Amino acid sequence: MSRILELKDIVLRFGGLTAVDHLSFSIDKGQIIGLIGPNGAGKTSAFNVISGFYRPTEGHVEFEGANLTGLPPHEVCKAGISRTFQNIRLFQNETVLQNVMVGSWVRQKSRWWMSLMPPLFPSFMREERAIRARSLELLARLELDEHADDLASSLPYGAQRRLEIARALATEPRFLLLDEPAAGMNPNESKELMLFIRRLRDEFDLTILLIEHDMKVVMNVCEYIHVLDHGVLIASGTPDEIRNNPSVIEAYLGKAAGKGADHA
Amino acid sequence: MSRKIRNGTLTLLALALFACFLNWAPSNLNGYVLRILNLIAINAILGLSLNLIYGMTGMFSLGHAGFMAIGAYVSALLILSPAQKEAMWILEPIAPWLLNLQTPFLVSLILAGLVAALFGWLIALPILKLGGDYLGIATLGFSEIIRILITNLTPLTNGSLGLKGIPAHTTLWMSYGCLGIFLVCMVSMMNSNFGNVLKAVRDDETAARTMGVNTFRIRVLAFTLGCFGGGLGGALMGNLITTIDPRMFMITQTYNLLMIVVVGGLGSITGSVIGAVLVTTMLEWLRFVENPIQLGSLSIPGIPGMRMVLFSVLLIAVIIFRREGIMGMREFTWDWFFPSRKKLEKNSERGGEGL
Repeated sequence: MSRILELKDIVLRFGGLTAVDHLSFSIDKGQIIGLIGPNGAGKTSAFNVISGFYRPTEGHVEFEGANLTGLPPHEVCKAGISRTFQNIRLFQNETVLQNVMVGSWVRQKSRWWMSLMPPLFPSFMREERAIRARSLELLARLELDEHADDLASSLPYGAQRRLEIARALATEPRFLLLDEPAAGMNPNESKELMLFIRRLRDEFDLTILLIEHDMKVVMNVCEYIHVLDHGVLIASGTPDEIRNNPSVIEAYLGKAAGKGADHA
Repeated sequence: MSRKIRNGTLTLLALALFACFLNWAPSNLNGYVLRILNLIAINAILGLSLNLIYGMTGMFSLGHAGFMAIGAYVSALLILSPAQKEAMWILEPIAPWLLNLQTPFLVSLILAGLVAALFGWLIALPILKLGGDYLGIATLGFSEIIRILITNLTPLTNGSLGLKGIPAHTTLWMSYGCLGIFLVCMVSMMNSNFGNVLKAVRDDETAARTMGVNTFRIRVLAFTLGCFGGGLGGALMGNLITTIDPRMFMITQTYNLLMIVVVGGLGSITGSVIGAVLVTTMLEWLRFVENPIQLGSLSIPGIPGMRMVLFSVLLIAVIIFRREGIMGMREFTWDWFFPSRKKLEKNSERGGEGL
């Protein structure tokens, strides 16, 4: 398997606070990787570094061999990385279909001014039709097609999460960052989510890095897990290794619990 | 498909009817009514262009009067004859290069839009890094700077004396023709994926950036396009009223446009057109409150400025009782008149997909 993403010695400081401290790991193509850690461990900060919202104080990010460090978010997206947000961020006043179509913008070849007089530019109209068709197909694959013409804000919670993922997929990523996809879901829904994440990886040929607090989801769906605490990578391993790693248990539950506890 | 044909036919019919009206009106209506009809079209263009900036892309701009001024002056300076110019500049002589510069009306219209757009682009680059209220303040300041520059650059603009005797090129056909083209372009744009992207930048800039949208570039683009509309509207206005001076382009001008956009519905093309009709006619109709009124034995003296008070009350009422404006973010569609079983309940909450 080939390496797709590599973090090299990432340091992220906000004034005196070190959010991410010399973080290095690499991810192979086609894997589903978990990034876990207690609140404030720097997981979302790491996401923001990868997706271009924060420029790391030190270190760099490599994606498919190219250096991504310091690129703005839209360039990172163009390079093939997409993400979702911890608190769902949809385009509330647009329809479900429009939300997904926005995702296609980054791959759209027509120029904006062609939209002023579409009949003059047959290629533009063809592309617009293709984007609409492709977006509808994507919605169908994620079982959102019946809502295509509804406002995004009118969807039920679970569907909003799915829509956020659908929108991310519309940018044709090869690497997907999911920030707490199971947040606010009941056990049944998270079970469905696990199957869904695997299906995503297989059907869309993705590599997935996810932050999650729901240990059931993490342990079941991830093939490899990185654990952060206070911005430092304290452990990496398969779910079984992580489950039994004393320093992980300590980070989550405190020192005394580190001895003898058998699940995190 | 049959729905498409039906709606297309209805649109054509409506256009034909309107064309008949435009043909009939000039010889059958008095000058006052004609002026208001023209003003409606111009205000619709201005409202639409402000809506593109504020309603569609979410940038609070208070600078539209400034761009109107640029458009009005560029157009007027380009169509006045050298003889007229020579007679008008009495305080200081006119800049020599400007004296003999003369273009046809349509060229001056386009140049008016382009110059306004150029200024818009230039100020967008530094100030669109700002968001929300700061942007409003910055654009307001810019608009005042433009007005003061125009007042003081006498060799170029004839200062506070203004320009007189501009040929009255803005006929009904001209103003509604411009509005028509503007509408078609804007509807096509907003129905395309580019329109989706504009609205995405408005709804959630962070998410839009993640989706690969260069939001700064999109904001600059939308602002510049809006300024083009502002310049075009200003040029048409100057050619309608035939005299312009810097006092025409005070902040109240921007407020009127803001009112059109807010009353009609932020983010709705239909709304801006409706808003233009309502606000323009109301502003005229409410003039009666400024005349002395005789109610039986009670006589109320006319109070100048009273209509603006009433108008403000109306605006406050709109804000209180219907914050999203008349149209909200919906658009007009012929389907309104043909409720089909399937779309019946869906349409009631979301509207159609435009003309």
